[in-house]
Amino acid sequence: MSMETTLSHDTPAHDDHHHDKPRGLARWLYTTNHKDIGTLYLVFSLLMFFVGGSMAMIIRAELFMPGLQLVEPEFFNQMTTMHALIMVFGAVMPAWVGFANWMLPMMIGAPDMALPRMNNWSFWILPFAFAMLLSTLFMDSGGPAAGWTLYPPLSLQGGQSFAFVVFAVHMMGISSIMGSINVIATILNLRAPGMTLLRMPLFVWTWLITAFLLIMVMPVLAGAVTMLLTDHFFGTSFFNAAGGGDPVMFQHIFWFFGHPEVYIMILPAFGVVSEIIPTFARKPLFGYSAMVYATASIAFLSFIVWAHHMFTVGMPLTGALFFMYATMLIAVPTGVKVFNWVSTMWKGSMTFETPMLFAIAFVVLFTIGGLSGLMLAIASVDLQYHDTYFVVAHFHYVLVPGSVFALMAGAYYWLPKWTGHMYSETWGKIHFWVSAISVNILFFPQHYLGLAGMPRRIPDYSTQFADFNMISSIGGFIFGASQLIFVGVIVHCVYKSRQKATDRVWEGAKGLEWTLPSPAPYHTFDTPPVIDETTIAHAHSRH
Amino acid sequence: MKKPNMFIVVAAVVAAVMAATWLLLAAPGYTGNEINMTRGVTSQSTINYSLHMTVLWICIVIGIIVFSAMFVSIVLHRKSRGYNPAQFTHSTKAEIIWTVIPVLILVVMAVPATRALVNMEVAPETEMTVKITGFQWRWKYEYVEDGIDFISSLDPDSNAARRLASGTPPEEVDNYLLEVDKPLVLPANTKIKFLITADDVIHSWWVPALGWKRDAVPGFINEAWTEIMEPGIYRGQCAELCGRDHGFMPIVLHVLPRAEYDAWVLEQQNPESVSRLAASPARPAATAYENE
Repeated sequence: MSMETTLSHDTPAHDDHHHDKPRGLARWLYTTNHKDIGTLYLVFSLLMFFVGGSMAMIIRAELFMPGLQLVEPEFFNQMTTMHALIMVFGAVMPAWVGFANWMLPMMIGAPDMALPRMNNWSFWILPFAFAMLLSTLFMDSGGPAAGWTLYPPLSLQGGQSFAFVVFAVHMMGISSIMGSINVIATILNLRAPGMTLLRMPLFVWTWLITAFLLIMVMPVLAGAVTMLLTDHFFGTSFFNAAGGGDPVMFQHIFWFFGHPEVYIMILPAFGVVSEIIPTFARKPLFGYSAMVYATASIAFLSFIVWAHHMFTVGMPLTGALFFMYATMLIAVPTGVKVFNWVSTMWKGSMTFETPMLFAIAFVVLFTIGGLSGLMLAIASVDLQYHDTYFVVAHFHYVLVPGSVFALMAGAYYWLPKWTGHMYSETWGKIHFWVSAISVNILFFPQHYLGLAGMPRRIPDYSTQFADFNMISSIGGFIFGASQLIFVGVIVHCVYKSRQKATDRVWEGAKGLEWTLPSPAPYHTFDTPPVIDETTIAHAHSRH
Repeated sequence: MKKPNMFIVVAAVVAAVMAATWLLLAAPGYTGNEINMTRGVTSQSTINYSLHMTVLWICIVIGIIVFSAMFVSIVLHRKSRGYNPAQFTHSTKAEIIWTVIPVLILVVMAVPATRALVNMEVAPETEMTVKITGFQWRWKYEYVEDGIDFISSLDPDSNAARRLASGTPPEEVDNYLLEVDKPLVLPANTKIKFLITADDVIHSWWVPALGWKRDAVPGFINEAWTEIMEPGIYRGQCAELCGRDHGFMPIVLHVLPRAEYDAWVLEQQNPESVSRLAASPARPAATAYENE
């Protein structure tokens, strides 16, 4: 708390505000500090990761054998629905906002987020939103059971608790919109002098683009669920054919939100991996500008492919052809990213600490999910793949060893900067190997199940699907349990580790955050740093 | 440190990646479980199967190339071997190459994909029409020209065994969850039009052997067509989450040679003549509404 005392904007009041942080609960309730709020987001998302994960364990336990052994079908449907809602809105998205809060100001040389009070508010909405969502499980009419996509008319068959679901989604949306306004305002206004747009670390770039996606699509989701609400409780007929509405219109609106949403979950992952691979390859990121343009292209394409989720609803041939071609195009910028990561590794001087292991697994397993995505784009064959376990395997490959592995890579990468201590490399590697092996045992056999004809979202199945379901469940139990190692490593790093982290932490690390002490002080960059070639990240593309 | 023989490393890595690919994609087939899409019994399913295999092979080849390059790098370019990092940062030529080549691959894929979709969607002149209506949780079939209609529900044996803690192991039930009380009987080698709709929520009518699924949307009628090449029994399921018993509304087709089918139609239209046509694989019409 000393490197910044010269600039004149430090009024006495400002000083007080800086040096007196409340202790205990009040600190966390009232905090406007980006690091505190980042921590809140990360802890909350980890908690939700385990809540959503427990639901996945119930699902996999019921699917362990044919026949119903544990739960009624209605409860099973509530579990699949809640698992998805919690993992998407409660675990992955808030985790990325947590990373944004911690890292964006430190990466662009800003003292904090641009709108600190709104930052506090956007976090503290979330616990209430999810408390409300989870409370529906204990209501008479039960939790939502129509899938996270909430397709009417089925979702409208839910009871009174449906209003709570809609309101919870509204609150999550408000939180996300405020979070992304904050990200955009921070990146566009608070960059240190010399931190030009094309010098920003890739993680900053991917979050900037993600934030624009969020602002554009969250209001669309809010509109869609509001129409469900009025159809359910106020007698409108937006989606009721008997009243002149159209159930398929909901799907168009939902997926106009839903497809950009999947990129909202993966683009920051691209950013993190683009920080980690150069660090451990000790070599600049290959094709920085191409990476930026590829990310922007993917974001643009995400708005014109939504109906590939709906090839089976019956659409005109020309419509199906358009959405097929547009979807196939996404393979091009995605391929550019993968080739650039491989080229970054090529002729580097690599070491394989835990963040690098997770980043490499991300590239391999995300690519597998991308290739199955290319298969799903083929509209006529999608009439076979659609709504089977092949789709379940596909999106879990891009979300779990995709997004979630990137989150873990990022957590291991920056934990020493956050805490000032090194985590246990041995246990980190154990966590990696158990996770990486079990996640494949969990999800790869689901490709076979889907191709062989097993529909998704069923609590029970024909005996021909027994073997691979059992294998998948075993993988699931191991994967679930192995995440306890992750918690153990974090707790140990925060409270027990005695190994001090250096400022740079990793030999090949580049970027402003590594010029700060470890742990990063409560307030950083109150005076803008001087940007030169040695302090910018792997960003520069020209010598 | 000794410079490793590049050729040996590349060969070993490619072999390892290909072995891993085989382990993931082919070896599980030897368990006796079905692991791939069915070829089916219609032109659409056959086209979709071959298109699926074409795209799968393209993906496998891309995967092998990308992963091999990556793992060669992981083996060779590591600090523990004393490898000094190169400092190259970009190559416009490389970016153009790996933008253009994927575009060309996509064009190669798009041609058969477009042809398949046109074949799927553009129905030929059909000879008969069956209207399919999805209900929670059964299917209703109406033979538009012949005036036959009935409801098809989960077979009673499966329905008893599938209850929570029913005490009946699924293995002891024939075609567990894939049997109905009254199957949809169709003629082989006949162009059939389906009109698909639903009465309550969205369902999806899917028999993998036909090569497609189509959503049944309340208030809307979707069209689809088929021509089944081989007589036989084909099974499928509802593919769109439709509530509590979504997993328990199977579809069974009994596809008969044309003459047998015509006899079945007569039998349905004149239920007294059942005994004379007992050879029909379909169950008697009298049971059609029992589950209602």
